[in-house]
Amino acid sequence: MEKYETHEHDVLVIGAGGAGLRATIEAAHQGVSVGLVCKSLLGKAHTVMAEGGVAAALAHVDPQDGWETHFRDTMKGGSFLNHWRMAQIHAQESPDRVRELEHWGALFDRTQDGRILQRAFGGHTWKRLAHVGDRTGLEMIRTLQDQVVHLGVPVYMECTITRLFTEGGRIAGAMAYWRESGRFVVFRAKAVVIATGGVGKSYKVTSNSWEYSGDGQTLAYEAGAELIDLEFVQFHPTGMVWPPGVMGLLVTEGVRGEGGILRNAKGERFMWKYLPEARRHEYAVDEDEARRWVEAAVENRQTDDKRPPELSTRDNVARAIYTEVREGRGTPHGGAYLDISYLPAERVQRKLPSMYHQFMELADVDITQQPMEVGPTMHYMMGGIRVDPDTASSTVPGLYAAGEAAAGLHGANRLGGNSLSDLLVFGRRAGLSAAQYAKALASNPRLDEREIEREAGETLAPFERTSGESPYDVHRDLQTCMDRHVGIFRVQEDLELGLKTLATLKERARKVRVEGTRLYNPGWHLARDLANMITVSEGITRGALLRKESRGAHSRLDHPSMDPALGKVNFCVSRAGEEMKVAATPLPEMPAELRYLFEMAKEKVG
Amino acid sequence: MTQTMVESRPGTATAQAPAGEGQARSREAVLRVFRGDASGGSEVEYRVPVAPGMVVLDAIHWIQAHRAPDLAVRWNCKAAKCGSCSAEVNGKPSLMCKTRLDHFAQDRTISVRPMKTFPIIKDLVTDVSWNYEVNKRIPPFKPRPGADWRWQQSDVDRVQEFRKCIECFLCQDVCHVLRTHELKHQFAGPRFFVRIAGLEMHPMDGEDRSGFLKDHAGIGLCNITKCCTEVCPESITITDNAIIPLKERVVDWFYDPLRMVWRKLTGR
Ligand SMILES: Cc1cc2nc3c(=O)[nH]c(=O)nc-3n(C[C@H](O)[C@H](O)[C@H](O)COP(=O)(O)OP(=O)(O)OC[C@H]3O[C@@H](n4cnc5c(N)ncnc54)[C@H](O)[C@@H]3O)c2cc1C
Ligand code: SF4
Ligand code: SF4
Ligand code: FES
Repeated sequence: MEKYETHEHDVLVIGAGGAGLRATIEAAHQGVSVGLVCKSLLGKAHTVMAEGGVAAALAHVDPQDGWETHFRDTMKGGSFLNHWRMAQIHAQESPDRVRELEHWGALFDRTQDGRILQRAFGGHTWKRLAHVGDRTGLEMIRTLQDQVVHLGVPVYMECTITRLFTEGGRIAGAMAYWRESGRFVVFRAKAVVIATGGVGKSYKVTSNSWEYSGDGQTLAYEAGAELIDLEFVQFHPTGMVWPPGVMGLLVTEGVRGEGGILRNAKGERFMWKYLPEARRHEYAVDEDEARRWVEAAVENRQTDDKRPPELSTRDNVARAIYTEVREGRGTPHGGAYLDISYLPAERVQRKLPSMYHQFMELADVDITQQPMEVGPTMHYMMGGIRVDPDTASSTVPGLYAAGEAAAGLHGANRLGGNSLSDLLVFGRRAGLSAAQYAKALASNPRLDEREIEREAGETLAPFERTSGESPYDVHRDLQTCMDRHVGIFRVQEDLELGLKTLATLKERARKVRVEGTRLYNPGWHLARDLANMITVSEGITRGALLRKESRGAHSRLDHPSMDPALGKVNFCVSRAGEEMKVAATPLPEMPAELRYLFEMAKEKVG
Repeated sequence: MTQTMVESRPGTATAQAPAGEGQARSREAVLRVFRGDASGGSEVEYRVPVAPGMVVLDAIHWIQAHRAPDLAVRWNCKAAKCGSCSAEVNGKPSLMCKTRLDHFAQDRTISVRPMKTFPIIKDLVTDVSWNYEVNKRIPPFKPRPGADWRWQQSDVDRVQEFRKCIECFLCQDVCHVLRTHELKHQFAGPRFFVRIAGLEMHPMDGEDRSGFLKDHAGIGLCNITKCCTEVCPESITITDNAIIPLKERVVDWFYDPLRMVWRKLTGR
């Protein structure tokens, strides 16, 4: 008789967003026993919130598109810090993954000839994002969820994994608690897939939910896996800035994809000023050309006109808005105006219904009549668990990762729409590899009772303390620290100060006290999540300190240009005892045939 | 004011006070929040400082951070997209992230209680697992063999409405068949009629769910009161667009002899 509730699976998938669900489906198809765990109810993961679309070179709208262009766009968007092989697999496989979703029942918006419609997004050369109005993620997660439900896979909902167990260096299982009862659960598993998403809750102004506390990255790190590229944190250029309660909520890039124009308080359309010289030729030269491009998009027809400058990459647009505000040309609530009201109201309501309601109900703004006020918000984590591109395996045997928790595909900056496709492509690969690994494993790994006890003790410790701070206070200070010192623009002194503050926060987090019982206790849950947020925040800050250059989403005011030498390395974080170790590791070199794709297009690599 | 906001963007020097703190001390809202679990409980009063545009969920978060760290509540998106934060605000089934405090009279106490139709776990969190069980029994999407995967936008406009559902279960909460008559074992509830309508009207679907609707989902128990439609935060016209057409299908299927013959011949 075991002391704690125990379940056994060949493959344990942690996370029920797009990546975890897709991994679960694939592993189940391989005939192994799969269990799926998530912190919220099924269907509430971040994937449900995705709005704009999923990127795949289906070439339904722009027949010139193909995987080669998608690959090039992804590499350029990531300032060539991406793992070339991930970017290649992603571009090649995403069309099949999107079509597969359709065959599972997803209903995408249609082209005039009845196929999946695609819209423009920042950094994508062609109209590439398959979408459902502005609720693409909802359609995707429901479709995947239904597959999982009908496969009969057990889903452990509102169950938080707090530790991975290894035996002789390979995965053996995991420990969790039920959020509802506070009771512990032990999972025996031959393989684990981490699909836990990002770490937005380290920042105050963010589009992310409470779930994004860097759990997966920390679980992997503590199990001995390597994390890379943590310094690359994406600030989405358009978050809501007003009213205060919704600050940071996302305004989909779909608004700009549909023709949204950015202006400062003086009415100037400023994005032209901020286009990088090397990319300027990819954009409309003036308002007339930009308008013609939008008209063609509205009428669903081909055009030779170039896209508007608002569709520059996210890192660039975020810095532009930030700079306009800092230089005194911000809107009354400290953002920029984003205007789509010049299009017919009916079209705005049909293509952007949730944005329409979001602004109407939460900000009293009618976006068919007035501009929105927007500003940067922490949105996405490019860095994460280092994985092998083909198998999605981490550096720990039996441990796999996919989705936002994994790293490599997006390099220094992610293009919009490339996450949803990432989830499908690498979720599938992770599920497949994990199942194959589990099948091939000769013996069942064993769990160590002492480790289980130690973990249980650690998780319960905040209840034992009679003094100590509230976890909410430490969390607030962590967010302030990250917003202030490790934000969009970074400098050495700030980052050093940030690191020091994080060290004290770590100590404070170890001593927090929680009140009440183990029954559905958010304060206790936060106490546990805090440690993970701090670990990943430390990795972000250490990476940012070492990367003495500006590349993609990482901007150093004290090192404003790119350093070609740093373009050849990833900073890799791993655990050395109680210390965090950071090392520069060489970036794999792109083979000649892929380099050739850039030469053909007369583009510079690097 | 402007200045505070400017400085609160990420990466700048000053962090802003959390919503509700500091800036808008002028006004307070009084919330009466249900605290308790399966063994019982009662409403507890909290006074919360109000900031412009604040929603009920912001107030609940303020209470967690300052008064009651163990106050149980579900939420994720804060933007009416995930359907997690359902509760009864002044008796009305609502999403807390979408319910603005300034929509209530200043002097009125705002009561926040968990959904009544589902068993309570703690405070504002209820056990909604029954819904997931119902969902499992619905015959899944089954593409018609040899289907051509092309259709017009106008063919799917109608069914896309049903697919907007965020599974907040507010319609389930309000429906008297579940709430008052507690017929969970016989009746799937409006959420799942919406889901079945989404499958049945999918242009490629080849499954027939008429038998399921009649015998397992208990669609006949719905007497078209439209209360579900009224509370749906996604403005899905549940009764008129989903339930009534499904009722018609069931009637057609089971009681129209001509159609029965035709369907037998065509396999639809
Ligand atoms: C508002 C918004 C809009 C977006 N729009 C787009 C878009 O249009 N296109 C695009 O490509 N991308 C978009 N993104 C990004 C994209 O949605 C996310 O990156 C993506 O959905 C992440 O998917 P995932 O499967 O990796 O993780 P998620 O969907 O976040 O799922 C994570 C899962 O892990 C679980 N979990 C976490 N920690 C634990 C733990 N300790 N124990 C157990 N379970 C755990 C959670 O409960 C959850 O189920 C958007 C993001 C946001 C926030
Ligand atoms: S219309 Fe039918 S399903 Fe909706 S609330 Fe009334 S009885 Fe329930
Ligand atoms: S139909 Fe509407 S009210 Fe019912 S669960 Fe879906 S979104 Fe909520
Ligand atoms: S928090 Fe997602 S609907 Fe309210």
